[in-house]
Amino acid sequence: MSFPLPEHRAEHLPSKPLLRDDTKFASAKIAFFQYLAVGIFLFLIAGFWTLQVRDPEIYTEAADRNRIKFVPLLAPRGKILDRDGRVIVDNRSSYSLMLAREHLRPEHVRPIALGLGLDADQLEARVKRFQSRPKYENIFIKNELTRGEVSFVEAHRDLDTFPELELIRAQRRLYPQNGLAAHVIGYVGEISESELNLPEFIKYDQGAVIGKAGLEREYNDQLMGVDGQIQVVVDNHGTVRNSLGIKEAVPGKNLQLTLDLDLQVVAELGMEDKTGAVVALDPRNGEVLAMVSTPAYDPNKFAGRIRSADWNELRNNPDNPLLHRAIQAQLAPGSTFKPFVALAGLESGAIDETFKVHCAGGASFYGRYFKCHVKAGHGSVDLHKGITQSCDVFFYNVAIRAGIDNIAKYAEMAGFGHKTGIDLPNEMQGVVPSSEWKMRNFRQKWWAGETVSVGIGQGPVTVTPIQLAYAIGGLAMGGVWYQPHLVKDPAKAGKPRLGQIDPANAQKIVYGMYGVVNEYGTGTRARLPGISVCGKTGSAQRVSNDAVKAGLVPKMKDNAWFVAFAPCEAPEIVVSVLWEGGEHGPNAAPIARDVLKAYFDKKARQTREGFVAEVKRSEPRFGLLPPPAAAPPPDQSPAAEADPD
Amino acid sequence: MAHYRSIRDLDWPLLVITLLICAMGVLQIYSATRGTKYDDAWWKQALWVLAGLLIMWIVAQIDYHTLLGQAYVLYFLSVASLVLVLFIGTTRFGGRRWIGYGSFHFQLSEFVKTVIILLVARYMTELKTDRVEGRDLLKLGGLVAVPMLLVVKQPDLGTALTYLPILAVGILLAGLRWQYLVVLGVILPLAVFVGWRYGLKDYQKTRLVTFLDPGQDPQGSGYQVIQSRIAVGAGRLWGRGVTKGTQTQYGFLPVPHTDFIFSAFAEEHGFVGVVVMLGLYFLLLMQIVQNAQMAPDRSGMYLCMGVCALLLFHILVNIGMVVGSMPVTGIPLPLMSYGGSNILSFFLMLGLVNSVRLWRFVS
Repeated sequence: MSFPLPEHRAEHLPSKPLLRDDTKFASAKIAFFQYLAVGIFLFLIAGFWTLQVRDPEIYTEAADRNRIKFVPLLAPRGKILDRDGRVIVDNRSSYSLMLAREHLRPEHVRPIALGLGLDADQLEARVKRFQSRPKYENIFIKNELTRGEVSFVEAHRDLDTFPELELIRAQRRLYPQNGLAAHVIGYVGEISESELNLPEFIKYDQGAVIGKAGLEREYNDQLMGVDGQIQVVVDNHGTVRNSLGIKEAVPGKNLQLTLDLDLQVVAELGMEDKTGAVVALDPRNGEVLAMVSTPAYDPNKFAGRIRSADWNELRNNPDNPLLHRAIQAQLAPGSTFKPFVALAGLESGAIDETFKVHCAGGASFYGRYFKCHVKAGHGSVDLHKGITQSCDVFFYNVAIRAGIDNIAKYAEMAGFGHKTGIDLPNEMQGVVPSSEWKMRNFRQKWWAGETVSVGIGQGPVTVTPIQLAYAIGGLAMGGVWYQPHLVKDPAKAGKPRLGQIDPANAQKIVYGMYGVVNEYGTGTRARLPGISVCGKTGSAQRVSNDAVKAGLVPKMKDNAWFVAFAPCEAPEIVVSVLWEGGEHGPNAAPIARDVLKAYFDKKARQTREGFVAEVKRSEPRFGLLPPPAAAPPPDQSPAAEADPD
Repeated sequence: MAHYRSIRDLDWPLLVITLLICAMGVLQIYSATRGTKYDDAWWKQALWVLAGLLIMWIVAQIDYHTLLGQAYVLYFLSVASLVLVLFIGTTRFGGRRWIGYGSFHFQLSEFVKTVIILLVARYMTELKTDRVEGRDLLKLGGLVAVPMLLVVKQPDLGTALTYLPILAVGILLAGLRWQYLVVLGVILPLAVFVGWRYGLKDYQKTRLVTFLDPGQDPQGSGYQVIQSRIAVGAGRLWGRGVTKGTQTQYGFLPVPHTDFIFSAFAEEHGFVGVVVMLGLYFLLLMQIVQNAQMAPDRSGMYLCMGVCALLLFHILVNIGMVVGSMPVTGIPLPLMSYGGSNILSFFLMLGLVNSVRLWRFVS
C-alpha cells in the first residue's frame, strides 16, 4: 500500500521520508487514547448519575429553596368601634423588615444595622439568641419603616448583597390622638421573649404583634386575625417572578364597644389637666358608656416597638400614666361610702327612718373625739338629712350601731372588695375591712373604734372608681347589679346579681341622694334642669390627720369623689368621678354633671330624630318612683355650698 | 490545486455531529438568556457557527503541509501577538486577553491553540529517533512554555493549561522512555508546589481551594459550583424542559450561556439529555481519532490527535466543573459555549482535520 510522496511537496517536509503506513506505529497509543476518552466520559457520566439519578431530591429541594420564598401575609387586627359604630382604633399600612435566617450570613448583620440605623451590637445579640431556633423562624428587626429605609432594603435585597432582607407589608394600629380612652383600649406591641411563654399567648410565634394592655389584650384572640402566607418564586435578585400559591390572611374581627364616643370625649375634657378617673355605666345592663383615666399616654408610641426613652419616661412619671385609675386606683371612698353604711344600718335593723342624731360638729367615741366636716354642726339629723348634707356624726353613730361586719356584708353585696369582673385585664379589688379581714391579714381583733372611720368611708376601706359606679348603680336599681362590660354583646349583660335587700330601703337612700343634688345638699353643682339627678359627694383624706400632725408625711390635698345617677326614678346612667387632689367632693360634681348632660342631650336629640336605641334594659325593682317632693331652690341652702361635704 | 478535492470528500459525519452540538448550544443559549441583557446571544452564536463553517471550509482547502511548513513562523507571530496583547489588549471580565477593534474582540489565546497543535505536530514529525529524548522534551517544553506563561500573565490560567494536553498527546504518540515518566513524576509535583507558592494569583488559589471544599465560600466560585450542582441535580432523569429550569431562568446559575452552559443544559434536559450530548461529543472525538488513524502521514496524525486531546481536555475540565469534579477554571465547552473566539477556533481545528482527511484522496 505504500507509494512515494508527490515530488512537488518534498521541499516543505522534513528530511525523514514519510510513508502512509507510518501512522500505524502509533495505533496502540491511539487505542490507549481511546480508552482514556472512554474512561473520562464514563467518569463524567458517573458524576451526572450521582446528581440526577441517584439522589436528585436533595438538589430539587435546594433549587426550590433558592427560588421559592414564603412571605407572610400579616392579618390586619380588627377595628375597635364605639357603640354607634364609629371607629376608635383603625389600621394603616406600613412596612416591617425581617431577616430571613435561611439566607442570613453573620457578617451581614453589622452593615444591615448600619444601613437602617439600628444598634449593631443589639442586633447581633438578637441573631445569636435565635441560633438554637429552627431556620424558618425569621427575625423581625424593624417595624414602621420610613420611605428611605424601604428604598435601602429594595436596593440591597438581591442575592449578591443582603439576600436575607425581607420586606413585609403590615397593618399598623392607629390609635386616637391625645390618649383618648387610652387605658381602656390599651395598646399592641411585639410579643416579648417572656410573653412567649405565657399560656395566654402560647399559640403565637415570635415577631407576632399582640395586645399588651387593655381591650387589645383582653380580646387579643378575637382582634388578631390569622396570618396568611404567599408562596412566591423569586430570582437571584430577590425579585418576585410569579406566585405559586396564596393562603389569604383572615383579618381579625372588629370589636364593637359599649363606649359612647360623645360621652367619652366629654368625660375626657372634664378630666383635662386633672389626675383621676371617670366611669359611666348603664346600670340597666352594665354597659360602660365612658371610662377615663388621667393622665393618659399615647398608645401610638407603643405600636410596634416602643422607644426605651419613651418607656422610661412613662414609668418614672410620678403621676403614673400607665395606671388605669378607673379599675386600678384603690382609694378611700370618703363620704361616697355613706349610702352603703346607711344600707347596712337599715337592712340590719340597727336604724330606721325615725333614727335621729344631734350633730354638734363632732362627737366622742371610745374615748376619742371625731369631728364632723361642718364645725358648727348639723343639729338634729335623720337619714335623709344625713345623706344630703353628708353629716359625719350621723354616720359615726350608724356605723357603730350596725357594726363592722354588717357594713362589710352590705358593702360586699354592693360589689366592694371584689373585682367587678369587667372585661379588662389587671382589675383591682379594693378593701372592705371586717373583723374576719383583720384577723386574716393582721392576726388582730377588730377594734371597735375603727368602725367609726369606716362609717365615713375612711380607715382601711378602699374602692376603685368602677366599683363605686357599679355599687351605686345597683343600689339605685333597688339591689340589681349588672356586671360592667365594655364589649357590646347581649350575652355580656347576662343575668344580674340580685342583692338580698329590701328595695324600699334602697329607695330611702336614693331619695337622700336626690336631695344631695336637688335640695340643700352637697352636690347641687350636679343639678340639671328637667333631669332628676341623684348623687353623693366624697372628700377622702389620703393621709391620716395624726400622721400629718406628727410630721411624718406632708399634708396632701384630699381626693374629690362624686358619684351620680339619673333619672332618679328609673336610672339609665351612673357616673363616678375621682379627682385626686381635687380637695372637695363638690368640685368633682360638675364633671359628672357634664357627662350626664351629654347623655340626656344626646338622648333627647335622638328621640326627636326618631332614633330608637336598641338597648337591653331592665327597670328598677321598686318600679317607677313618684317624683320626690318639690325641692327647695338651691339658693335657699347656703350652708351646704359654703362648706360642702 | 483544488481540482482533486471534492466537497463530497469532506468528513460529513463529523460535520453532522458538529452541527448537532452547535444547534443544541444555540438552543441552550436561547433558553438561558431569555429576558436578560444577553438575549440576542443565540442568533449571534448562530452567525458565529456559519462563519466557523466558512473558515472550516477554507482551511480544509489548504494543504496542511503548507501550514506545518509555516509552523515556526506562526509560532513566533503568536508569541509576539501575545506580548502585544499584554500591552495593548482590552481588559474584559478581569483579564487582559482581548484584541480587536470596535465591537469585535478576539481572544488571541484561543487561536494560539491551533498554532501549538501545528508546532507540536511539526516538531514530532521531524524527530529522527523513535522516541522523544530529554533534549526534545526540554526544547519542545520550552517552546510551549513561552506562550503559556504569557497567557498565565493575562491572567488566564485555564486557557494556558489547555496547551498542555496538546504537548502531552504529542509526546505520548512519539513515544517516551519510562525513565522520563519517573522524572516527570518528581518534577511535576515540585512545579506544582513552586507554582502554588509563587505563580498563582489569590483568586486562582481561591478557585483551587473551593474546588477542594465548595462549602467554604458559598458566594464565590464555591457558590458557582453549588448552584451548578443544584441545577444539574434538579434536572433529574428527564429534565425540566427547555426554558423551564428555574436555576437557569431565575439567574441562580452563574453565566449559564458560557462556562456553565452544560449545567443549564443538564437542568433542562436531564440525565437523558446529558447522555445524548456526551454521546455526541464522544462520537465527535472518535470521528477525529478515525481521521488520525487514517491520516496519510505522521504529521496529519499528530494534527488530528492534537485537536482530539485539546477537545477531550476542554470537555473533561468544563463538564467536570459543572458536576463539581473539576475546579472552576473558566474554560468554555467546545462548540456549545457562547463566544466567537471559542467557535471560530474549534472550527479552525476541524478545518485542519478535514484538510488531513482530504489529503488521503489526493493521488
